[in-house]
Amino acid sequence: MKTLLILGGGTGGTMVANKMVHELDPQEWEIILVDRDETHYYQPGLLFIPFGIYSPRDVEKPKRDFIPRGVKLILSEIELIEPEKNQVILAKDNQTISYDYLVIATGTGIRPAETEGLLDGGGWRKDIFDFYSPDGAAALASFLKFWKGGRMVVNVAEMPIKCPVAPLEFLFLADWYFHQKGLRDQVEIVYATPLDGAFTKPRAAGILGGMLESKGIKLEPNFNIGEVDNDKKVIRSWDQREIAYDLLVTVPTNMGADVIGRSGLGDELNYVPVDKHTLQSTAYENIWVIGDAGNAPTSKAGSVAHFMLDVVIENLLRHMEGLEPRPGFDGHANCFIESGFEQGILIDFNYDVEPLPGKYPLPGLGPFSLLKESPANHWGKMMFRWVYWNVLLKGGEMPFESQMTMAGKWQ
Amino acid sequence: MTEDILDTIEFDDDGFMVNAADWTEEIGRAIAEALEIELTDRHWKVINFARSDFEKTGEPPTLRRITQQTGVSMKEMYQLFPDGPAKLAANIAGLKKPTGCI
Repeated sequence: MKTLLILGGGTGGTMVANKMVHELDPQEWEIILVDRDETHYYQPGLLFIPFGIYSPRDVEKPKRDFIPRGVKLILSEIELIEPEKNQVILAKDNQTISYDYLVIATGTGIRPAETEGLLDGGGWRKDIFDFYSPDGAAALASFLKFWKGGRMVVNVAEMPIKCPVAPLEFLFLADWYFHQKGLRDQVEIVYATPLDGAFTKPRAAGILGGMLESKGIKLEPNFNIGEVDNDKKVIRSWDQREIAYDLLVTVPTNMGADVIGRSGLGDELNYVPVDKHTLQSTAYENIWVIGDAGNAPTSKAGSVAHFMLDVVIENLLRHMEGLEPRPGFDGHANCFIESGFEQGILIDFNYDVEPLPGKYPLPGLGPFSLLKESPANHWGKMMFRWVYWNVLLKGGEMPFESQMTMAGKWQ
Repeated sequence: MTEDILDTIEFDDDGFMVNAADWTEEIGRAIAEALEIELTDRHWKVINFARSDFEKTGEPPTLRRITQQTGVSMKEMYQLFPDGPAKLAANIAGLKKPTGCI
């Protein structure tokens, strides 16, 4: 028996399990998936929790429901990956699993302890919140429900972060939320980011920056946070700029799983170096990486994991047949950006092409406007939760090509 | 004098050297001078690391990577290269502009 071992049962790992179970002969292969906890979160939904649009229960389901028969699920922390020995040691019972192929899908997560005074300064979950964790998003919802207004500062600590558009969506939704509550004139909204504009890519940054301005949200670019001063209630940058807050909403430093670092498989942020087109580990030829866990220079997002999927599957199968991997991944990312007041924006881009305006053709549903607000984009986003649970995770056919197309885009 | 050296070098629109291989320490000193940065041993520690790391990875190192691997603290990095340490270090080291983030 040969073993395909998948580490992580989030978006990427679950999709790989669902695809590979149909590709590999069960007489010949055992597929094992290891994850540390039982609950699968629909992570794009966390954004809506602070504003009471979703409750935590709307975004969680048991992981088991999405792991197909024929895949063995083990719930355990991962102690160590030993790629030289082709084995992984689990925390549970100190169990050792030998593998022929390893798929790393351990994702990325927030590390508030990386910023001085963020987690340990006394304000955490009192007037400092995150919305990237289920309990953080829920705590912020409780806080906002009774907040009378003041200065809300949204700060991105360090790039890269998971879903780089989420902070903007949070700002747009906050503007809408405070309007709804009749509080907007009581709330000052500031966005402090290490980027030199609203977004990483020039054309989108221009348009999204314009939207921040029109909504009266103040942008503080090039702000690299050094510490949170909980007593003075200011965030201070490394170059000693200060921004005062009444409410700090932080997007903390993101890092890959600790086990990646412990096992010597990661870069300085615990991301596994991969070939950005084949998604094969640059260090070990029987290790493949999907989604946020790798260092491919594209967005860390579920849509990207989805676009990586076919390439990872094909290359695993090719490698098993002794063929060279195909450089099929082009960095394709695709995001609905919720912009408040039941409007949304869609952006679509890859390694070489930045988000452009135009129309995104989608048979039956589209076209969706690109880089422009529309109600259809909002409904596309809201509908996506159903698609995620019922089609995407199960490895079903999606009406999107893995590679980006220029059709409908204006250059 | 230093102006002359820089005139012989090709820079991109953002003022970063187009060919990292053309770099010499003398050019590094000239770029630093143009940026009004007086180079010390601590600067050189960072610049030399950036060069050697670039040879390995093909990318200018991130600020986090520099601090982690050289032992120069984040605070000191901002003292050495006040307006954007990763960018300035790459610039003086003759590397391309760090893409930083996606």
